Amino acid sequence: MRDNPQSGPSNPTRRTFLLTTGSTAAATIIAACVPAHASSADGPSDSTAAGVGGPNIEGAVPITLRINGKDHKLRIDPRTTLLDCLRETVALTGTKKGCDHGQCGACTVHVNGRRVNSCLSLAVMHDGEEITTIEGLGTPDALHPMQAAFVANDGYQCGYCTSGQIMSAVALVKEPCGPDDAAVKELMSGNICRCGAYAHIVAAIQQVRKNI
Amino acid sequence: MHTFEFIRPADPAAAVATAAQAKTAQQGADVRFVAGGTTLIDLMKLNVETPARVIDINRLPLDKVEGTPDGGLKIGATVRNSDLAHHPTVQRDYAVLSQSLLAGASAQLRNMATTGGNLLQRTRCMYFRDIAMPCNKREPGTGCPAITGSNRTLAVLGTSEHCIATNPSDMCVAMAALEATIHVQGSKGSRAIPFGDFYLLPGSTPNRETVLEPGDLVTHVTLPPPVAGSKQVYLKLRDRASYEFALASAAVVITIAGGNVTRARIALGGVGTKPWRSHEAEASLAGQPADAANFRKAAEAAMRDAKPQSENGFKIELAKRCLAHALQLAATS
Repeated sequence: MRDNPQSGPSNPTRRTFLLTTGSTAAATIIAACVPAHASSADGPSDSTAAGVGGPNIEGAVPITLRINGKDHKLRIDPRTTLLDCLRETVALTGTKKGCDHGQCGACTVHVNGRRVNSCLSLAVMHDGEEITTIEGLGTPDALHPMQAAFVANDGYQCGYCTSGQIMSAVALVKEPCGPDDAAVKELMSGNICRCGAYAHIVAAIQQVRKNI
Repeated sequence: MHTFEFIRPADPAAAVATAAQAKTAQQGADVRFVAGGTTLIDLMKLNVETPARVIDINRLPLDKVEGTPDGGLKIGATVRNSDLAHHPTVQRDYAVLSQSLLAGASAQLRNMATTGGNLLQRTRCMYFRDIAMPCNKREPGTGCPAITGSNRTLAVLGTSEHCIATNPSDMCVAMAALEATIHVQGSKGSRAIPFGDFYLLPGSTPNRETVLEPGDLVTHVTLPPPVAGSKQVYLKLRDRASYEFALASAAVVITIAGGNVTRARIALGGVGTKPWRSHEAEASLAGQPADAANFRKAAEAAMRDAKPQSENGFKIELAKRCLAHALQLAATS
């Protein structure tokens, strides 16, 4: 989903507020650290360190990810998980970090159309592949049917797991799955909801499946 | 996570040549293959695995499921667990394998995890996964705190005074009962390893889990031709209904004629330090009437050598009931 089109400097949303203040805080930290680092160096100062191309990460590798239909050419540390790459490098923060160990499902995205835990995958492994995140599903004006069904069925409380739940649910609809609620519950077991909205999540998914 | 060099080899031979430079293919390996990443990247985040080089095998041509000339099945090392579970031949002829795969992990993880990776997945023992704790498997000679500590989920078969870590796989339990063969390409050529010879008991070297040497790349697994008329069941018992490792599980492939068991292949999960083939249970059933009393006898035979720890004694009776029930389900299917 796009950010609320009405949001702007005079009318910030929570997300734009956090992104703005977050980057301001980061700039302050960098400004405080860089001179200290430069003054302690014995050799010639590295003029590229303060250049505009972003941090010069040692060992970074070039990759291209096709995310929500758009190519992103990136240089990333090989250690970067697909989850951290999406959130920190590409600034698509709709995908959430929960456990970071493949146990909660909050980070679920689609790679080449299949749902995966983005926290247990390295971004470099997906060079050239097609990634779909919650931002690629629908817009506030034109929700994906699964997003609309989650709204209609109240399939969330705090919302933290919701993007992962929806990405899982969208993939489930195309997977082999029996018709009853038990089959849906089994195939959704990789997405934990601490608020316990499970009954409504199952109802939302079944509503979408009935309308196909 | 420690830094590493990321390598994408052009072909299996290049992957093997790079991996052959490692000092070991076991715990502490400085070169690792990555496929799904669901075990390796998890353990790299915990600094339990700290490879200096990671070789991505996802784009090697190891992703096919195809028939073999003898009527069996060849399963590529990078075939995803979900694809294997839903493959029509597997569902028809090797149902126990499909059932075991679908009993493991979550839908997302099954889309990532591969056949080769599942063969090599690591224990969930909490001491192994926590580098602040001693662990003979992770750091030989440091001791096993599980034996005097938290061991409810750990093994009762195949343990030693040095390690009681459980093998966590479901797929491997089915493959043990199906008598799979693991095919490896190494720096000295290719070889086929019977499933029963692939895993090592912990003994005094729990850091060594398999017979793999540096450079060895699992390329595929083969299954023998399906046994006509066999009945197959995978039954898994766990703390919750889904998305949890087994406390006890059983894979059974049995053939019954005239009310008697003419052939039985049995393996247990969740209770052993490796995927646990039970020749004892198989021998107990051979030629016997397929009834509840004999199923219970087979289960008793399977667990005869079980050794309980302070918290996991319940697993012995649980595993017996699991196996007896799996046999009953197969007999009546």
